[in-house]
Amino acid sequence: MRRRNRLGPIVSRRGLLLGTAQGAAFGALGLQLYRMQVLDHRPYGALATENSISERLIAPERGIITDRLGTVLAGNRRYWRALFIAVQARDPVKVVERFAHIIPLSEGECSRIDRDLKDKPRFVPILLKDDLDWSATARIEVHAPDLPGVFIDAGSVRFYPLAKRSAHVIGYVDRPTQREVAHDRVLALPGARVGRSGVERAHNEALQGVPGIVQTEVNVHGSVVRELDRSHSKHGATVQATLDAQLQIMAANSLGENVGAAVMLGAKGDVLLMASAPGFDPALFDNGVPAEIWSEWLDDPRRPLTNRATGGLYAPGSAFKPNVALAALDCGAITVETHFLCPGYLKLGDHVFYCWQHSGHGNVNVISALEQSCDVFFYYAALATGIDRIARMGRKLGLIGPLDIGMPNTEPGFLPTRAWSRKRRLIWTKGDTVIQGIGQGYTQVTPLGLATMTIRIATGRAVQPHLTRAVGQTLYRDFDETSWPDLGLDDRHLAAVRQGMIEAVNTPLGTAYASRLNVPGLHMAGKTGTAQVHGLTTGEEKANYNDALLPLAFRPNAFFIAFAPTDVPRYAAAIVVEHGNEGAACAAPIARDLITAALSREAEMPSAPAGTIA
Amino acid sequence: MSTLVEYRPYYLRSFRLARKFLRINWLFVVVTCAVAGIGYAALYSAAGGRGEPYAIPQFIRFAAALIMMIMIAMIDIRIIAKCAWPLYAIGLLLLLAVWKFGHVGLGARRWLDIGGLHVQPSELMKLFLILALAHWFQRASYEQVGNPVFLIAPVLAILGPAALILKEPNLGTAVITMAIGGAVLLAAGVRWWKFAIVMLLVAVAAPFAYHHLHGYQKQRILTFLHPGRDPLGAGYNIIQSKIALGSGGMWGQGFLHGTQNQLNFLPEKQTDFVFTIIAEEFGFAGSMVLMSLLFSMVAMAFYTALRCRHQFGRLAAIGIGTNLFLYCFVNLAMVMGLIPVGGVPLPLVSYGGSALTAVMLGLGVLMSVHVHRDVEFASGDD
Repeated sequence: MRRRNRLGPIVSRRGLLLGTAQGAAFGALGLQLYRMQVLDHRPYGALATENSISERLIAPERGIITDRLGTVLAGNRRYWRALFIAVQARDPVKVVERFAHIIPLSEGECSRIDRDLKDKPRFVPILLKDDLDWSATARIEVHAPDLPGVFIDAGSVRFYPLAKRSAHVIGYVDRPTQREVAHDRVLALPGARVGRSGVERAHNEALQGVPGIVQTEVNVHGSVVRELDRSHSKHGATVQATLDAQLQIMAANSLGENVGAAVMLGAKGDVLLMASAPGFDPALFDNGVPAEIWSEWLDDPRRPLTNRATGGLYAPGSAFKPNVALAALDCGAITVETHFLCPGYLKLGDHVFYCWQHSGHGNVNVISALEQSCDVFFYYAALATGIDRIARMGRKLGLIGPLDIGMPNTEPGFLPTRAWSRKRRLIWTKGDTVIQGIGQGYTQVTPLGLATMTIRIATGRAVQPHLTRAVGQTLYRDFDETSWPDLGLDDRHLAAVRQGMIEAVNTPLGTAYASRLNVPGLHMAGKTGTAQVHGLTTGEEKANYNDALLPLAFRPNAFFIAFAPTDVPRYAAAIVVEHGNEGAACAAPIARDLITAALSREAEMPSAPAGTIA
Repeated sequence: MSTLVEYRPYYLRSFRLARKFLRINWLFVVVTCAVAGIGYAALYSAAGGRGEPYAIPQFIRFAAALIMMIMIAMIDIRIIAKCAWPLYAIGLLLLLAVWKFGHVGLGARRWLDIGGLHVQPSELMKLFLILALAHWFQRASYEQVGNPVFLIAPVLAILGPAALILKEPNLGTAVITMAIGGAVLLAAGVRWWKFAIVMLLVAVAAPFAYHHLHGYQKQRILTFLHPGRDPLGAGYNIIQSKIALGSGGMWGQGFLHGTQNQLNFLPEKQTDFVFTIIAEEFGFAGSMVLMSLLFSMVAMAFYTALRCRHQFGRLAAIGIGTNLFLYCFVNLAMVMGLIPVGGVPLPLVSYGGSALTAVMLGLGVLMSVHVHRDVEFASGDD
C-alpha cells in the first residue's frame, strides 16, 4: 500500500542534497587546512624547522607567611636540580658518565637515568640529580663545557622554620589534584601548590599570586633561542598572621611530649599563639608524604594531624564554671551575696554528687566558689539557672558557636539544651543539669572557645578571635578595642567573676596559687579545670587512645584558663593537657610561663600594647 | 526492483543471525577501526610516547564499544523503531536528572553518574531525537508533511531537549541538536520556505540572544573574533592550535616529534584538540587521510540512507550521518580557529568514554539500518 510512498523521491533528493552539502563542507575544511598547513607553512616554516614562538606561563612564587613581627613562618627555599637534554650531546652516555664523576650518583639514580635515556623522546629534559646544594651547582657550572645538554633548573620548595611547632595553625601545601588543575590551568605548572589547612588554606588565593607570561622562540629541542616578551609574574602576597613566633615556639615546647593544646588571645582577639601537640612536619606534604610516615600518622592514637586548638572537643571541667556563674548571676538565680553551704556533697534524690573536696568548703559565695572551685556551689547554681540559660550564656561568651577565625576545620563546640534533649529523646534529669554546672556530661568545647570566653569575661566585649593581621600591604581588618560590641552584661557580675578568678590564682586558698605571676605589680587571673574522662568523654577520638595507653587513659584532662594583667587585661590563654591529671599542677604553670613571656615581650611589639579595657 | 523483492521477500522470511552478520557493511567497520587506530596513535603521542594514561584505556573502551555496535547492528530495525519514543522519553528524563542532580564540571552540569559510568545525556539525546523524528515521519505522506499542524509535535520534540541542554548550560550542543533536528525535518520533506522563515527569525533574534549568553560563552565568541586579545586566557588554545597545525607542513614533523605536542603547549590536547597532534606530526597528508576516513563514514551513512527501502531507516541514517558530520565539522573548524571553541570532541579520536559510547551507539543503529535495509514495516507496526 505504502510501498510507493510519494515521499520516497523527495527524501532521496534531499538526502543527496544534504550529503553533498556536507561533502562540500568537508572540502572547505580540507582547503582551509591546505592553506594553513601547506601555503602558510612558510610563516610557520621557521618554527617547524628551527624556532617556534611559544608563550609559557611562569609560575609565581607563593607568598610567605609571617608572624606579627615579620618572622617567617612559611617561606620558600630555593633548590637546584640538574637536567639533561640528550639530543644536544653527541654521546649522551659519556656525558652522564662524566656527570657522575663530578656529582656522585647512586645505583638507583643511574638505572633511572638509563631508563629515561632509552624511553623518553630525546628532546625532553630528563632529571639527572635532584636537590643539589650550592657547591654542587657551582661544580656543574664550572664543568659546563664538558657537559653539553646538561643544565641547572631552579625550583623552590615550601619550608616552615617552626616545623611541627606551628604545623596546625600555619597548615601545609600539597600538589593540586587533577580536578583542581582542570579548573585552573596555572596549577598545571610544575611547582604549583595548593594550601590544604591552616593559614595556607585560608589565604590560598592571596598566597598564590598571578602567573606571568614569557614569550620565547624555542627551537626543535625545546631550548630557548631568545626571549621576545615578558610580563612578570606577581608573587603571592605576604600574609601576616597575628601570631608571635616566640610565644608559639614556647607554647609548643612547654606542651612538650604531652597531648594537648594552647591558645593565647590578645585583647582585640588577635591569636598570639595556637599550638597543638603532638605536631607533624608540614614540609613533608610538599613532595608527597612518604607512605610509611603517612600510615604512621594515621595509626598514631594521639592523632598528630588534628588541630586540637580549634578541632579538639573536650568537656572543660571546672574551667566551665565562670560561664555558669555569669549565667546564674545574669538571670538572677543568684546574686553576688548569695551563699550556699558546701558540706562536701549534694544529695539529689537517691544520688549523691560529691564536691572534689569531700570535707566541704563551708559557706561559699560566687567569688569564693570560683576561688576554691567549689563544685557544690555550682551544682546549686546550675539547678537554679537551668540548662538553657547556661547554653545561652556559653554562646554569648563565644564558648561555643561559629568562631569566625578564618581557618578551616574549626569545631563550633556543643552545649546541651532542653530542645536538643527532646529532639534526641533523652530524658533530661536534674542530675544532668547538675553535672553540666561543673562542665562535665554533654558539654564539649574547644580550647579556642575557652580562650574566647576568657577574653570576653576579661574585657566585657564580644571579642572575636582572628588570625590574620595583614594580607599584602593592607591590614586585614583594623581591629581596636571599640570595634567589638559590648556584651551587655552587668559590670558587677563581670567584676565578681573576675574577682573569683583573681582570687583563684592570688590567694593561698585559690586552686592555682602555686602558679601566680612572678612579675612585680602585675597579676594573673585564672580558673583551673580537671575533667574526668569516662572512656568516651571527648568522643571516639579517645577510644583508640585509651586502648593504646591504658595507664594514662583514666587520668583526667587538665585545663587552665587565664587572663592578665588583672587591672587592664591584655592577654587571655587556654591550656589543655589531655590526661594531665590536675589543671592546677599541669596546665596552670604553662599558662603562667606563656603570659609572663607575653608581658615581657610587650616592648618588642610593633604597636602599642593591645587594647585597654577596664 | 520489484522482481528482486518478489524473488527475496525478506519481510516474510525470518532473518537469521548469520545472514545478518554477512549483511553488515564491513567496509564501514574497517573504516571505523581505522579512525580509532589513528586516534590510538594520537593519544599514544599525547602521553609522550606511552600507552598510559590515554591510549590503552581508550583502546579498551573502543573494543567494548565495537562489540556493542555490532550487537546493535543485529537488532531488527523495526524493534528499534518501536523503542524510538520510549527512548526519547528516557533521554528527556536523563536530561531532567542532570538538571536536578548532575555533576557540576567546569561550571556546567552536563554529567550524570549512573552506576559509576559517566553519562552525558545530551549526547544520547541527539540519537534518541533522530529516532523519534524518523518514527514520526515514518508513514507521513507528502500532504501531511506540508500541513503545519502535523509539524507541531516534531518541532516541540526538537525544542524540548534543546532547551534543557541550553539550561545546562551547553550552547554548542543545543545548537547542534537543533541543527540535527532541522536536517531530519529537511530530509523528511518539510517545505523550503518554512526553513527560510526560521532562518530569518534566528537572524533577527541573534543580537538579542547574545545578551542572554553566559559570560564564558560571550568570551568564547569574542576570543574567536580577536584571539590576540587575551593570549593567555581563552585565546591561548586557538593560537597554540593554529601554530601546531601550521608547523605540521605537508608531511609533518614525524610521529612523537611534534614540538608543540611534546612540549605541552596545548593543555588537554588529548580531548578536543587531538586533531592538532595528527596535523603536527603527520602534516597535511596525515590530516587529509583522517578527514577522508571521517568523510567516508558520513558518505556511507548517506549511502545507507539511499539504499534503504523504508522511510524510518532513511531518516535515521540521514540524521545519524548528519550528527557524525556535525561532530567532525564543529571540532575541526574549532581547531582551525574558524568557529568559537565549543567543547565538541572529534568522534572516535578524542580521549573520553561518554562521547565514544554515544557515537558508537549511533553507528550501531546506522548499521542496523543497513542490515535491515529491505525489511518491510507492517502497517500496524508503530
